[in-house]
Amino acid sequence: MDVNEYVQEVARVAFGVRRRVLEHTIRNNGGYLSQACSSAEMLASVYSGLLKLGPSLGSRVPGPFLGVPSASNPAAASGASYNGPKAPDLDRFVFSPVHYALVLYAVLIETGRLSPEALEQFNKDGSMVELIGAEHSPGHEVTAGSLAQALSQAAGIALGRKLKGETGRVVVFMSDGELAEGQTYEAIAAAAYHRVDNLVAMIDVNGQACDGRMDSVMNVEPIAQRLRSFGAVVAEVDGHDATALLEAFATPHPGAPLMIIGRTDPCRDLPILQERAPKLHYVRFKDKGEMARYEAVLCGLRQKEV
Amino acid sequence: MEIVRRPHARNLVRFAAHKPEVLVLSADLTSSCEADDFRAAYPERFFSVGMAEQNMLSLAGGLAREGMLPHVHTFAVFICRRAFDQVAMSVAYPNLRVRLVGFLPGLTTPGGVTHQAIDDVALMRVLPNMTILECGDATEVESALDVAHGVPGPVYLRMLRGEVPRLFSSSDPMVLGQMRLVSRGADLLVVSSGVCTEEAMRAVLALRRKGVSAAHLHVSTLKPLSGDGLCDFASEARLGVITMENHSVVGGLGSAVAEALAERGVGKRLVRLGVQDQYAHGASKSYLLAKYGLDARALIGAAERLCEAPLDIADGELLGVDKGPADEQSKAEAL
Repeated sequence: MDVNEYVQEVARVAFGVRRRVLEHTIRNNGGYLSQACSSAEMLASVYSGLLKLGPSLGSRVPGPFLGVPSASNPAAASGASYNGPKAPDLDRFVFSPVHYALVLYAVLIETGRLSPEALEQFNKDGSMVELIGAEHSPGHEVTAGSLAQALSQAAGIALGRKLKGETGRVVVFMSDGELAEGQTYEAIAAAAYHRVDNLVAMIDVNGQACDGRMDSVMNVEPIAQRLRSFGAVVAEVDGHDATALLEAFATPHPGAPLMIIGRTDPCRDLPILQERAPKLHYVRFKDKGEMARYEAVLCGLRQKEV
Repeated sequence: MEIVRRPHARNLVRFAAHKPEVLVLSADLTSSCEADDFRAAYPERFFSVGMAEQNMLSLAGGLAREGMLPHVHTFAVFICRRAFDQVAMSVAYPNLRVRLVGFLPGLTTPGGVTHQAIDDVALMRVLPNMTILECGDATEVESALDVAHGVPGPVYLRMLRGEVPRLFSSSDPMVLGQMRLVSRGADLLVVSSGVCTEEAMRAVLALRRKGVSAAHLHVSTLKPLSGDGLCDFASEARLGVITMENHSVVGGLGSAVAEALAERGVGKRLVRLGVQDQYAHGASKSYLLAKYGLDARALIGAAERLCEAPLDIADGELLGVDKGPADEQSKAEAL
């Protein structure tokens, strides 16, 4: 992989993600905007060379919802098809904070795995492009909306792959709110105890939770110390820095899972969001005046893009 | 009656012998759940995850996604109550082949309310995709894993441990979706599951001696319940139906039978024996079954209600089925 190309690609995708999520939030008068701002580079990096993924097998415009998994429904879809084929040497991507779904869809669009028209199905009845994604939603491999279950599931997938002698890694994207869940620490302990070292987690530490600032809801610091004490190898970086993410991924972690703490800014490149602090979880505009000011920001981004 | 010692321990080793994908996950109750022989035989397929059931259930889901066949071993309460959301979202929703082997069903433990699974069947019944099997004797313990193996989705196994009586011939194993007709009769239909079946057999014998004939069905596939077959028998029962389960009467066998009867318009009286919407406490199995109305005596009482007449059956007349030696002594104090 050419590092310069990767860095440029991450920047291009991240810019497009913020622009697209802002556009969508204005059009729908609602959206998970701060999550796009904080995670754009981390999620862009996943599909820009940080992970070894094959080309998408999913339809660029997702079809209608085909029902939930059951013995009588072999047609149930898997959103993992957008992450490419499953092969022993390829990495697997597991998406945990599924309220970031809009951001993931935007990343898939910017990386050519999903058509821009797919977003027109977002949160529409009968669509798989759901508000809070499940395992049929593009880019989603597991059903993770009950937070902290994805890390354990990913550890199971990683352990299963090890038992089969596969070499690919299992990479989980997480949010910092999940660090309040006890299951997160159970998963780390078990992964370390059973030497599941093909497991990597990247955590968007944007300091935000549903109720407001993370530290006003529950203390989860010191994150690095916590994760290390349960047995993980930890790298802590600026989550907007593609090169730093690349270096963090190269951290040796023999016999232990690797957890990458990405410190991020929930208002990155959209400083107007700071006016809404401390409650940034979901943006719904207060009035037409506020929406107009966001539209002006979007105009500015569009000009920058050209 | 033959008493079989630790049938699951032996059977698990046999079952897994030529199935390298079979794994056992255990949450620090390995010998208590009779997985210790497996651990000794196949240490590379045994995964201790510590006392952390939520992670264990989600981890099992992940392993099943990779084609492994995890058999989760712990007490029923810790699978169904403690990790319910993980069972629902990491295992049941994706319809994964995870086997949930839950021990200490109902009032079979002196461990008290924290260890007594009186709600596990109700909790698992409400989950789409879940199949529920309950063992009533050693033969069923010895065949339940094979039955589960043929199910293309998650299975909850309500398992027995320790000294287990053999009520059914070993040549007559558990079959998915098939009830056992233990006895025929025209006055009553008795539908029992799990350890209650032995109690019901004793009571049905005593009833017959008093001229009350009961058809007796033993149910080992609690979900999906064979509603049609059951209602065929229920329609023939002159005085009504009695269900008997080692579980709350809410949400388990009694509820399932009530639903089946009502949906098919079978207008028969129904008496549900089981834990009557209350918590129990720690004591011996025989004490608890008597106190909470799950024993042969309780079934006689239910029959009297449906017959609307006293049947004058003395305790001595209920000892028809030999309980065998040291019924539960070997495990009475052990958790």
